Amino acid sequence: MRRKNWYLTIGLILTACMLLFTALGIFWTPYSPTAVSAPDRKAPPCTAHPFGCDQLGRDILSRTLEGAGATLTIALAVLAIGAACGLVIGALCGYFGGPADALMMRLCDTVAAFPSVLLALVVLAVTGPGKYNVIWALGVLFIPSFARLVRGEFLQYRDRDFVRSARLMGVGSLRVIFVHILPNTWPTLLSGLTIGFNNAVLAEASMSYLGIGVSPSEPSLGYMLKDAQGVLFTLPWCTVFPGLVVILLILGVSLLGEGVRARMGVAS
Amino acid sequence: MPKLVKRALLLLVAAAMLPASLYGCAGGTESSQSPTASAQSGELPNGNSVTVGIAQDLSNLDPQRNATAGIREVLFNIFEGLVKASPDGSVTEAVASDYEISEDGKTYTFTLREGVTFHNGEPVTAGDVVYSLERCAGSENDGTPLVSAFSIVEGVAAPDERHVVVTLSEPNLEFIYSMTAAIIPQGSGPDITDTMVGTGPFRFVSYAPQDSLVMEKYDGYWSADKAARLDQVTFKIIPDVNAMVIGLKGGSLDMVIHLPNTLEEEVQGSFTVLQDTMKLVQALYLNNAVEPFDNELVRQAMYHAIDVQEIIDFVCGGAGVATGTSMYPANQRYFMPELAQKYPHDVEKARQLLAQAGYGDGFEMSITVPSNYAQHMETAQVIIEQLKEAGITATLLPVEWESWVNDVYRGRDYQSSVCAISADDMTAREMLVRYTSDHQKNFINFQDGEFDQSVAQAMAATSQDEQTALYKRAEEILSERAASLWLQDMCELVVMDPALDGFTFYRTYVLDMSTIGYQ
Repeated sequence: MRRKNWYLTIGLILTACMLLFTALGIFWTPYSPTAVSAPDRKAPPCTAHPFGCDQLGRDILSRTLEGAGATLTIALAVLAIGAACGLVIGALCGYFGGPADALMMRLCDTVAAFPSVLLALVVLAVTGPGKYNVIWALGVLFIPSFARLVRGEFLQYRDRDFVRSARLMGVGSLRVIFVHILPNTWPTLLSGLTIGFNNAVLAEASMSYLGIGVSPSEPSLGYMLKDAQGVLFTLPWCTVFPGLVVILLILGVSLLGEGVRARMGVAS
Repeated sequence: MPKLVKRALLLLVAAAMLPASLYGCAGGTESSQSPTASAQSGELPNGNSVTVGIAQDLSNLDPQRNATAGIREVLFNIFEGLVKASPDGSVTEAVASDYEISEDGKTYTFTLREGVTFHNGEPVTAGDVVYSLERCAGSENDGTPLVSAFSIVEGVAAPDERHVVVTLSEPNLEFIYSMTAAIIPQGSGPDITDTMVGTGPFRFVSYAPQDSLVMEKYDGYWSADKAARLDQVTFKIIPDVNAMVIGLKGGSLDMVIHLPNTLEEEVQGSFTVLQDTMKLVQALYLNNAVEPFDNELVRQAMYHAIDVQEIIDFVCGGAGVATGTSMYPANQRYFMPELAQKYPHDVEKARQLLAQAGYGDGFEMSITVPSNYAQHMETAQVIIEQLKEAGITATLLPVEWESWVNDVYRGRDYQSSVCAISADDMTAREMLVRYTSDHQKNFINFQDGEFDQSVAQAMAATSQDEQTALYKRAEEILSERAASLWLQDMCELVVMDPALDGFTFYRTYVLDMSTIGYQ
């Protein structure tokens, strides 16, 4: 008898809720996220403003909705760049090996030796802040961790019997890589993806928090946290709600990843 | 349970407890705050030192060359001129004990005070004074005066050891305010930024860029009454206003100046909070040389599009004062409150003017703002919303203070910028001469023949009334032509450890640390 997979259930529900919340923000916000309003300055959470208002009278719910969208978009784009490039590099290095592999891995080591946020800060200091610069900077810095992960998996499978048999039958290298080996790496890759997603969300939030991420005209969750730092004690809702959204988003995806892995582990 | 999930759950629990712990803090700090704060400052045996939080790095410490107000207010404590600013906005004798102005207004004779010594122990001689004044007039800068008012100085001479005579090429009623220029030892040259030897109540100890400047009491100060009460003052550079509040609450700072008064609630109760206007003019500065701001109609339309009172309500809790031109209210003789009414908030009128100027569909623009100033950042965000109603799309470009100074103020490479300009002394020249067509500080590239003429005539005027009238005309021109969108003299807070007292507000942009001390 199989134990009920709670991680998967809770993770799915939580992630779905957060995705819905974010998607809502893309199409609709109760107020304009940048609109200032004098009578609502410092308003605590109430029916008109469920999340309250900040010191300029901007609705925190609207800003959180918009900010979650910005944060999620950046995190997904970063993940896409990091995972796609990492997958190709890792697969080729792991499967073929040789001096090119060694060189590539040393390169990855070098990049991975620095904290990614620090390196991204350096890149942004040169290119200037902005949404797309953040995506590129973080995306490139996320490549090494994926490359190493995928390479490890490929090393494990490339001398297995089923791979040898496929090769003996004259199957091309690319087909072996993507059709025979890659599907076997999914469980590991999936948890890598969920951890990567969480790191991307946190990296974006930290960079915006440091004031070098997205521009203040398009609020992201990290920027909201930075903005509300000074009123932490008098207007706690300005920090609590965006912070809570970051936490729930990460928690949901973590549980989901864990659940999927558990399920796949059982199935194989 | 897998590690990851465990960690995630821990995070959730921490998040759930965060609000509770925050409310707990707000209640508990009041009673425990002051002991921590004074315990922190007890580095010296007698504990007589304070740490002051300032928002802006001190990039060039040359006392005669300092460009920005944030540096001037710190150096005010270390360097002195023949005369120095007094709280009411006039000047009082410092290195000179007395001075006389000749009938024709062209010759100033200063009598040097006896017993004034530099921080290195050497007495101040007439030679030091002549050297200092000549350096201000440009002797070490290829003849370009370091202090612009010194362009009318014809000669500086010392007839004897006790007197210094300054002769001007034309009479100038305001020149005595420029004699606050720092007196430094003869032959200092550019090394003055390292030695930092002056005659003020505090002596320079050390400066770590982007971190702090330390000064200590100078025991040989010429006046026992006006000597510093504190033994040591550390200026801590903290570009983030939120970090400053946290520093205050945590006890690493004893005092913060120029805190936005919107943060009053954060610091009330556990600190002494003093409020005053900042003696400066905050504006949306428009680069008159770039499109579309080269069109006067566009500038006027924008002035109608913004609501100054609303900005003051948002950024200063209603306590700022609308200026309407480049003059601040504390300078009563020249301030013209009626100019603040010239461009009432009127979106219809704004659209009309924009259409007339050929921008009926609006336009896009950027506002460059030094991000270390929370007030300017907030102002810009309010302005962006207000301009939206008139169809103008503005985006905010936050920059570091250093790059603002280099790119915007010196390089003039910008469209518009929210910032504030302050005066060094109570003269109207300080706030107006910078907008004459070819002035090196005319960073808005304002060009107007009548303005140039009014200011030039005012500077050369020999009667006070005539001069005041001419300066007021110049202020009117800045308003009429909407050279920039003049907003307000902001309201600021000085927040101190309750054990400190003696803070003195000046009517100029000055921070006098010598009067501050523990009760």
